[in-house]
Amino acid sequence: MEVVYITIGVSIIVAIFFFIVFIKSVKSGQYEDTYTPSVRMLFDDELVSKDKPKGENQQI
Amino acid sequence: MSLNNCYHCGADSSKKPIKFNDKIFCCNGCKTVYEILNANELNCYYDLESTPGTIPKDIKGKYNYLENIEIIEKLLEFSDGETSVIELYIPNIHCSSCIWVLENLSKLNDGVTMSMVNFPEKSLRITFKNERTNLKNIVELITSIGYEPYISLDDADSKRQKVDKTLIYQLSIAAFCFGNIMLLSFPEYFEADEFWLEKYKYLFRWLMFIMAVPVVIYSAKDYFISAYKGLKHKMLNIDVPIALGISVLFLRSSYEIIFDLGSGFFDSLTGLVFFLLLGRYFQQKTYNFLSFERDYKSYFPIAVTIINNEKESTIPVKEVKKGDRLLIRNEELIPVDGILINGNAAIDYSFVTGESIPVSKKSGDKLFAGGKQTSGAIEMEVISSISQSYLTQLWSNDVFNDSSGLTIKNITDRISKYFTIAILSIAVIAGIFWYNFNPSMAFNVVTSVLIIACPCALALSAPFALGNMLRIFGYKKFYLKNAETIESISKVNTIIFDKTGTITSNDKTQISYKGETLTIEEKKGLKNVLRASNHPLSRSLYNFLNELSLNEDPSMFNEVLGKGIEASINNVSYKLGSANFIGIEVTKINETAIYIQIDGKFKGGYIFKNTYREEAKEVFNELSKNYKLVILSGDNDGEKDSLELLLPKNSSLNFNQKPEDKLSFIKKLQESGDKVMMIGDGLNDAGALAQSNVGIAISEDVNVFSPACDAILDAKLFNSLPKFLSLSNKTIKIIKASFILSLGYNIIGMYFALNGLLTPVVAAILMPLSSISIVVFVTVLTNLVARKL
Repeated sequence: MEVVYITIGVSIIVAIFFFIVFIKSVKSGQYEDTYTPSVRMLFDDELVSKDKPKGENQQI
Repeated sequence: MSLNNCYHCGADSSKKPIKFNDKIFCCNGCKTVYEILNANELNCYYDLESTPGTIPKDIKGKYNYLENIEIIEKLLEFSDGETSVIELYIPNIHCSSCIWVLENLSKLNDGVTMSMVNFPEKSLRITFKNERTNLKNIVELITSIGYEPYISLDDADSKRQKVDKTLIYQLSIAAFCFGNIMLLSFPEYFEADEFWLEKYKYLFRWLMFIMAVPVVIYSAKDYFISAYKGLKHKMLNIDVPIALGISVLFLRSSYEIIFDLGSGFFDSLTGLVFFLLLGRYFQQKTYNFLSFERDYKSYFPIAVTIINNEKESTIPVKEVKKGDRLLIRNEELIPVDGILINGNAAIDYSFVTGESIPVSKKSGDKLFAGGKQTSGAIEMEVISSISQSYLTQLWSNDVFNDSSGLTIKNITDRISKYFTIAILSIAVIAGIFWYNFNPSMAFNVVTSVLIIACPCALALSAPFALGNMLRIFGYKKFYLKNAETIESISKVNTIIFDKTGTITSNDKTQISYKGETLTIEEKKGLKNVLRASNHPLSRSLYNFLNELSLNEDPSMFNEVLGKGIEASINNVSYKLGSANFIGIEVTKINETAIYIQIDGKFKGGYIFKNTYREEAKEVFNELSKNYKLVILSGDNDGEKDSLELLLPKNSSLNFNQKPEDKLSFIKKLQESGDKVMMIGDGLNDAGALAQSNVGIAISEDVNVFSPACDAILDAKLFNSLPKFLSLSNKTIKIIKASFILSLGYNIIGMYFALNGLLTPVVAAILMPLSSISIVVFVTVLTNLVARKL
């Protein structure tokens, strides 16, 4: 049953990895504005249909 | 949407529609925005939402100061000479069309490389190339499409301090460790005797220990700090028993696993810290787009135009010296006290006094800082520096520099004093008893008492109840600075109202006519004369007269600045204006009026009065049941009689109150033991708002102007005030009820603890159960009572 050391070890390493990713995303400001992106993602389509070829150089 | 509404802003435009491209616009401003957007293929703006726009303001020259390098440097968030980044606060952002058009700025100005909206904060972050454009162009561009930014150096400085994320880190660490420890301690709950569980339990226990350490040291550190501070000031705040509970839990658990006595209480420990931090996080609601701490600096313009040897230049406002000549454009604020040199001054002092009717000034008159020029450009000479002007002197008062954080005693801390003393004595008595009865159990029991008594549920009820109420209030447009304000509101017994702008409304002016009745012909003529005048009073009278104006231009028209108009149409001569312009004696000097003379004969006058808010009487009646009401007005007692009709009998009225008087009036009430709530607007109430226990600023436009205060109330919701107050009272009652509930849990837990039966399983069930049920209890109840709102 020595495999317990490995499984627990691996599971904790994976958990810590995700934890670090979470902290990083908080630091980068990902959760500061949770509303605007939900509106913004709807815009791209509008531009493509209205602007025809010019649509690609849009930046968000 | 009816066909007569402006395509851009939705305002009714049936009076004078402007047609363009088969669309109807209410004014040229709106049409211009449409043209700009249309020409740049941005007319999708109108497809996302109907009539999304706002009328752009005329800003000619207003942003010239954005060429001043010193000012630009302060405003920019980042600049490397080539690329610059700026964040602008734009109160007008209100719908998805706004986001769309502002994020497509690069189509309107090719110097903009990126623009990004933060909708909840109503801010726009723009990255631009210095080579191709500059800040002034960008600001003028977004203003021209109806999104005027609100620029103030003071706000720019305070924004630099980014939101403190420590709590989020602490909370996430606690959550992470809590979850993992729960999993690891699961086998031990069932006391299974299986071989491999026995074998690996040491691994599990030490892993739990390792994960508990950061929770105690990092996540819970604020509780230790606060408990230490409290003890230093000889105060038993709620953090003292919490810190005690956490440290006892940790020490006993470590002791148990080191000496192989048991599995410890690490799951309860981390769960406790997690729930406590969650409560804190819940209470920490902030309205990023509102500023509760504004002082006079954020009201005043950043820069002014100074005239030196016939040359105009822009200088930062704090460099203005006595004797300088300033040019104040239309819609600009007067930053310092001064003397009017020339120009047609009509000063709107509504920021200062709440009075919205502009005051006319003639050259030589004194102008006070804080007024807004409303008709054309004027020149003035500065007579005192900014810090010496009448309005800013108020800010040197001590109330604005009071930063005593520790004196606030909230409801939880008051209870915790008795609570701490009680559990300490129970622990000591139990310890003595068990020491005589069974010494080996004494340590166990004492620590168990301290663990179970840790007032987690007690500490949770207030944050969740107040935090939830704060959210509900915010949703109903009553914005509070922090959760503690609800508690302060519930203690208030005296409410003081400012008159102008608070119980009278700013936007609606009542006009009444006194004197000989005018014929329809005369009214038509009058309206025709008024059409040519730009004076604000003329404009509002013009809108007030329902008759159609004659379609004829006056044969003679002469406007005497600050006095009145002389004109003649169809051989009828009109003279309208102030009393001494017409040449009559008036009995009431305190009235704002336009007097009319037709063909040399005095007819009468239109009197301008502020209207009281429609609901004022009911609100006062409702409030007088529970509170003492006081009116403090900076005005003369001209409207005393009409006010007395509005107010219940036992309320007091005070007139001619200067800002300092208001402040000392509140101080006096507080010294006699009253808890005072001040409701006001305008800069002149700022001192009173800060001095009072709760200062509520009433604002017609919550986004832009409100002085330093504890809460901001949308003026349209004035009638809901009694409801907000009674809801605050109910919230405190809910908290008290939940205290009783959590004490009940403590008594049950105490039974286990005193009998030496507190096993990790009992603790692991009892502690989260009490926390969660308290949270559910207060959240459900606060939502229930708020349903009536």
